[in-house]
Amino acid sequence: MSEMRYEAPKTLAAAVALLSGAKGQASVLAGGTDLLIQMRAGRVEPELLVDIKGIPEMTSIVAENGGFRFGAAVTCMELIEHEAFAKAWPGVTDGVKLIGSIQVKGRATVGGNLCNASPAADSVPALITAGAAVSIVGPNGRREARVEDIATEPGKISLAKGEIVVSFLLPRRPPHSGDAYLRFTPRTEMDIAVVGAGVNLTLDEKGVCSQARVSLGAVAERALLVSEAAAALIGTKVDAAALKRLAAAASAACRPIDDKRGTKEYRIKVAGVMARRAAEIALARSVSSFAPTHSLRKTARTQDSI
Amino acid sequence: MPDTIKLEEKKLKVIGTRPVRPDGVPKVTGLARYGADYSLPGMLWGKILRSPHAHARIRSIDTSQAQALPGVKAVMTSADLPEQKFEYVGPERVAVNFWHMTRNIMAREKVLYEGHAVAAVAAISSTVADEALRLIKVDYEVLPHVIDVDEAMRPDAPLLFADMITRGVEPAPGKPSNISKRIELKIGDLEAGFAAADEIVEMDFKTAPVHQGYIEPQGCLARFDTDGQGEIWASSQGHFVVRAFTAQLLEMNIGNLLVHPAEIGGGFGGKTVIYIEPVAAVLSRKTGHPVKIVMSREDVFMATGPTSGAAMTVKIGVKKDGKIVAADGLFKFQAGAFPGSPVMNACMCSFAPYDIPNVRSVGYDVVCNRPKSAAYRAPGSPISAFAVESVIDVAAARIGMDPLQFRLKNSAKVGTPTVWGPKHAHDSYAATIQALLKHPGYTAPLGKNQGRGVASGFWFNNGGESSATAHVNEDGTVVVATGSPDIGGSRASMALMAAETLGIDYDKVRPIVADTASIGYTHVTGGSRVTFASGIAVIEACKKVIGELRARAAMTWDVDVDDVIWEEGHARPAGKNMGRFEPLSLKAIAAKKAVTGGPISASASVNAGGVAPGFASELCDVEVDPETGGVKILRFVAAQDVGRAIHPSYVEGQIQGGVAQGIGWALNEEYIYDQAGRLLNAGFLDYRIPVASDLPMIEAVLVEVPNPNHPFGVKGAGEVNIVPSMAAVANAVSHAIGRRMTELPMSPPKVLVALDSGRGD
Repeated sequence: MSEMRYEAPKTLAAAVALLSGAKGQASVLAGGTDLLIQMRAGRVEPELLVDIKGIPEMTSIVAENGGFRFGAAVTCMELIEHEAFAKAWPGVTDGVKLIGSIQVKGRATVGGNLCNASPAADSVPALITAGAAVSIVGPNGRREARVEDIATEPGKISLAKGEIVVSFLLPRRPPHSGDAYLRFTPRTEMDIAVVGAGVNLTLDEKGVCSQARVSLGAVAERALLVSEAAAALIGTKVDAAALKRLAAAASAACRPIDDKRGTKEYRIKVAGVMARRAAEIALARSVSSFAPTHSLRKTARTQDSI
Repeated sequence: MPDTIKLEEKKLKVIGTRPVRPDGVPKVTGLARYGADYSLPGMLWGKILRSPHAHARIRSIDTSQAQALPGVKAVMTSADLPEQKFEYVGPERVAVNFWHMTRNIMAREKVLYEGHAVAAVAAISSTVADEALRLIKVDYEVLPHVIDVDEAMRPDAPLLFADMITRGVEPAPGKPSNISKRIELKIGDLEAGFAAADEIVEMDFKTAPVHQGYIEPQGCLARFDTDGQGEIWASSQGHFVVRAFTAQLLEMNIGNLLVHPAEIGGGFGGKTVIYIEPVAAVLSRKTGHPVKIVMSREDVFMATGPTSGAAMTVKIGVKKDGKIVAADGLFKFQAGAFPGSPVMNACMCSFAPYDIPNVRSVGYDVVCNRPKSAAYRAPGSPISAFAVESVIDVAAARIGMDPLQFRLKNSAKVGTPTVWGPKHAHDSYAATIQALLKHPGYTAPLGKNQGRGVASGFWFNNGGESSATAHVNEDGTVVVATGSPDIGGSRASMALMAAETLGIDYDKVRPIVADTASIGYTHVTGGSRVTFASGIAVIEACKKVIGELRARAAMTWDVDVDDVIWEEGHARPAGKNMGRFEPLSLKAIAAKKAVTGGPISASASVNAGGVAPGFASELCDVEVDPETGGVKILRFVAAQDVGRAIHPSYVEGQIQGGVAQGIGWALNEEYIYDQAGRLLNAGFLDYRIPVASDLPMIEAVLVEVPNPNHPFGVKGAGEVNIVPSMAAVANAVSHAIGRRMTELPMSPPKVLVALDSGRGD
């Protein structure tokens, strides 16, 4: 039986030193809601656990250049209960809210959700559509990456030995922006996404979509940024025809597998449906930022029930 | 037991009220002790090595390295259990075969499913025990396997048992197969019946095996003395059965084994059988230490009994006026690795709610490479009801009749023959249909993509052997002990019946579940028998106590005992000319017990007959998402004949629980196997039982038609509620999408395929 070492460093430098110096497998422990389960099931047997919850930079939410920076070890519940963040990024909040039960969310972190590298991770598609930047610190200093470039395949991330995801920066949002994340699960909660779809869009003063990002979860080896689907919205008023093109582009981008949670055909079809419905919610949220008398507001669609 | 137990028509004071359950506080505060919560000094941890293969011959098992690991105190294999005689014992519906049972506890010649126990260790810690399991070398010859029932019945299917000749076929087949048994039950003239029909509906169905889904994994602690006396603490639905099975498998005298009932965190039938107790007992006997074994959730899914999956064909013939004239059912059930599916129940219950002159039910009990099936809430009946009630729905539509009126017209009544012989003796089925007809939900308007379904069901209920003791304490409180593990609030109902009988307050009664040495034999908590049968034992024990209390009063007053009556918790003179005596309360008599004859207590052991069956009719509204195939349950109303609800809240809870399980069975629950026969979803994340937000408030309608054969009118109420549920959901979904759903679960991908195939036709 191998021994396991537990360390709780107070600084990033100490954490990086521990991880880079580890001889066997070293694991970063944040909320532990994935790691402890994998350890109990015997799927991983780390020699070293580095608990990062004591590092201030990793556990705080701060305003930065009109945007938000939150630490990778901020718990989901802290993020959900941060009113200004939730108001600015309702779609990211949608995704974070879907991660497990309230008890699980009291421990689980967005950094952990990303680095666990499940293609079905609920916070990831919305973070991708938000254009979130990931701050990474390692033996060679600090670097920045895009969320969509972290996970490479199930359980695998692009970080080098000794590197840690430290924080996420969500930029300032242009006016009339809205984002949304929807997933399909057979159960209403306590489930894993069969398909997830995030949409973030911005309207100009005339209500024409000027920017859009669309991301899909659980339909490939990692969450996908689908520019073809975004292109279907840009330049349109996000009308029925544009939404139909969006759905088709989303379905076309899927390269899913058959597994215990769904068939290929099912995922491909439902990805389009989820993307369209998420876009409708994102649209309603962006339209709601117009003045109460604005004509666009009156035609805003309300959230469809799934 | 007394030969005339009759309904007592009198005003009830305590029965029908809803007091807090006596076992509630320790459960809510986390202090209740379940199977895994018992520990003893010097205790070892037992762990079980399980097969990674669905089907393989065991060439050899090398335990030497495990044995040599420091901290390991014993290793066991099937060689540590004596061979058992091959014979089916007990009534056919629930027969057991210890030759099979010992092989299910620990594989011998072959492993028959992934997760089949192969060896076990006892070590000083759970970690050392895990390490030891990794050191056991099993040499397997992997064999072809078969999971599906139709495939298992094919002549070229891999055989689980090379010498299995189908029982119930004359002449006996010349070749072995996976078909353990064929059953045929019939009445009337089937051919003539169908010839007389105006419409005939025939359809095929398939259901998936589903697990009982109890929250508490099996856990037990065993200890042995060097004189061969053993003791077990276990969570089960019947500690007398744990004792009987374990003693048989270990070749012990029953008297040398004492089994303590732990609190039980759900069973639903799945804890009427044993898995780990004989293993813990053998390891304890070998080491001289107490040994604890607790199953993991994965163990529970891989190695404990689900109920059967089935392939079925049901055909019924109806006249234009709505009269069903013939019914024919073929029910092929997966037994799992060893014979014993509930297919006979399915054959019997399938058409039982209906008065049909010509009926045939044919059943097959088929083995396959998955865990042996175990009882699950009205075993067998919900499966055949899914098929029958779907066909009934189609037939009603075919002749243009309202589906409830169609059922009402054909409902079984007193005197209606059953396919298994006796005539129905109760006719409360119609009352459950009428309850739905009167319910506002039945005529409430439906929206787009919504559908409504109804279905009904039958379950035998059970009586049988139960014992109870009532002890009067010196302060006037009363302890009531039974041998029935409390799964669904039975301590509350025992206390209510005792309080009603004795004429004292509910909170003066302390109900407990006693161990196997402290109370007379009591059969399992199952078959919806406890409130009925153990209730009769409690009432009888309390009546004997009343006899004694009257005798003590008679002694105090110096009168004949026949001149003393018991009324509202007091001994009173039988008449005015008896003399003027102040009534004596139970408390007053108890205070003087030492000078009037000593302790006051009485026991009763009964073999309760007079069982009344359960009938239920249910109504379900759904909305189907046409783009995802997701099904939302909008409304569920369950009307059930419960005889008389002793504690209405717990009866409603039984109904809601049964329906919730039925909805899970209908919509999402299934075992997913890979090509090698390995289970891919051995956990609650991907084995999807419904969570609270998946369900509407399930409305329980208590139809109370008292059982004339019980002092308080009790009928079993725990099981029949699940019988109609899947058919009610399936009928609702079928109406919502305009396509008939014949396969469970109706998971979103399947519903979407049905929706898409429906387009354009």
